Amino acid sequence: MIQVKNLIKVFGTKVAVDDVSFSVEKGEVLGFLGPNGAGKSTTMRMVTGYFRPTSGSVSLCGVDMLEEPELAKQRLGYLPENAPLYSDMTVASFLGFCAELRGLHGADRTRAIDRVLDLCFLDSVRNQSVDTLSKGYRHRTCFAQSIIHDPDVLILDEPTDGLDPNQKHEVRGMIKRMGQNKAIIFSTHILEEVEAACSRAIIIDRGKVVADGTPESLKKLVPGANSLDEVFRSITNSDTGAKKAA
Amino acid sequence: MSNRDIQNTLAVFKREFMAYFNSPVFYVIVVIFLLATNGFTFFFSRLLDSDDVSLATRFFVWHPWIYTVLAPAVGMRLWSEEHRLGTIELLMTMPVSPWQAILGKFLAAAVIWLIGLALTFPIVATVVYLGDPDSGPIISGYVASYLYAMACLAVTSAISAFTRSQVVCFIISVAFCLVIALIGDPGLTQTVVNAVPNGMEFVVRFISYFSFMDHFFEMTKGIFVLRDVLYFVSVIVVALLVTDLGLRSKRA
Repeated sequence: MIQVKNLIKVFGTKVAVDDVSFSVEKGEVLGFLGPNGAGKSTTMRMVTGYFRPTSGSVSLCGVDMLEEPELAKQRLGYLPENAPLYSDMTVASFLGFCAELRGLHGADRTRAIDRVLDLCFLDSVRNQSVDTLSKGYRHRTCFAQSIIHDPDVLILDEPTDGLDPNQKHEVRGMIKRMGQNKAIIFSTHILEEVEAACSRAIIIDRGKVVADGTPESLKKLVPGANSLDEVFRSITNSDTGAKKAA
Repeated sequence: MSNRDIQNTLAVFKREFMAYFNSPVFYVIVVIFLLATNGFTFFFSRLLDSDDVSLATRFFVWHPWIYTVLAPAVGMRLWSEEHRLGTIELLMTMPVSPWQAILGKFLAAAVIWLIGLALTFPIVATVVYLGDPDSGPIISGYVASYLYAMACLAVTSAISAFTRSQVVCFIISVAFCLVIALIGDPGLTQTVVNAVPNGMEFVVRFISYFSFMDHFFEMTKGIFVLRDVLYFVSVIVVALLVTDLGLRSKRA
């Protein structure tokens, strides 16, 4: 459902994403791993149509993102990094605005809002201003926005960032449940999350895909490694010094 | 325009419009605007002391200067705020075309201004009560005034697309609106014409032709010329095109 081919993004002279290709099928949850600055967010921004790739192509459910952006975006739900929200709105009015942009009006709109308020445990704050919410609630509000139209493709940039352990557990469970009939990509720094929720993982480093496979198969990449953590450290370059085997 | 275009534009419009009321911006700006227009008209131009009730020289004449400061104050949040909050990423990954968003936002600010301008009706009531003014110049004066405000607003929208800072947007927009008002000032133009070498006057005249002022005063005199209306409309269209350009450049 998500087809990414030879994606390249150059900012000035810096190559942020260097020839990344992958595909995600329905029912798959793809974990997107990599050190800070590896190009995870940039790749996701190109897949969602926010950034225009320098070259390469993206298609969602067979619709090309560059040729028919509005059509492709209809199939997509996106949670950007840091969960941006309009601070002057209430939770319900924000979700209502997003529902309208998704083409939901009248009774459909009300039903969609109620559904995601319930799904993301936001009922208690529905009429509260976004400004006054704690980080966990803000995050869940933005997450609610991404699933309001029950999209086929879901792209989540660090969906568990800033959540407490209970909320993390809940969000992971939700991703796993929704993954059964959607194509999901989510990025994270937390490796146990990948084992808990993903059916597949990609490790990206300096703009290149360095590993692609199930969490189990990734562990076998590095002989003697017991955890994904060790694999991650040995195949990505740390920017804090000590370079390990590439 | 398809149905979908209208619905999306309307959704953005509604959100933006309500945002003005959810913050003090609208109230502060309308109050300042009304204080300024009434203050200038009654205390500086001494509308009540004169024998004629022409609004052009006592009321509309002040508008360009007021808009120079207040239109950027209304428009500066349009895109800067989106950049600062990061919601631009949300908006641009929705099935909304940039044009639907640009128009929706601009129209929200435009309607806010319409409300502000409509609230100056006591001045019209005053001159109608005291005298017997022609309705023609009043109507064309209001149209000119509104078009002037829209041009300033569109310029501000364009500048706000390039920066995440509302302060930067405000200052640059005010400077831009001020320059474009000043280059049409007859006194200033004459001074510059006297200063430049012979034969160069046409350059000065040409530049001053781009000022909002000339077109504005033609219209407030009650001469409703299509050319002047088209001038303002084309300024607005160009500024909105630049807004689109700014948004594109931010998305690299």
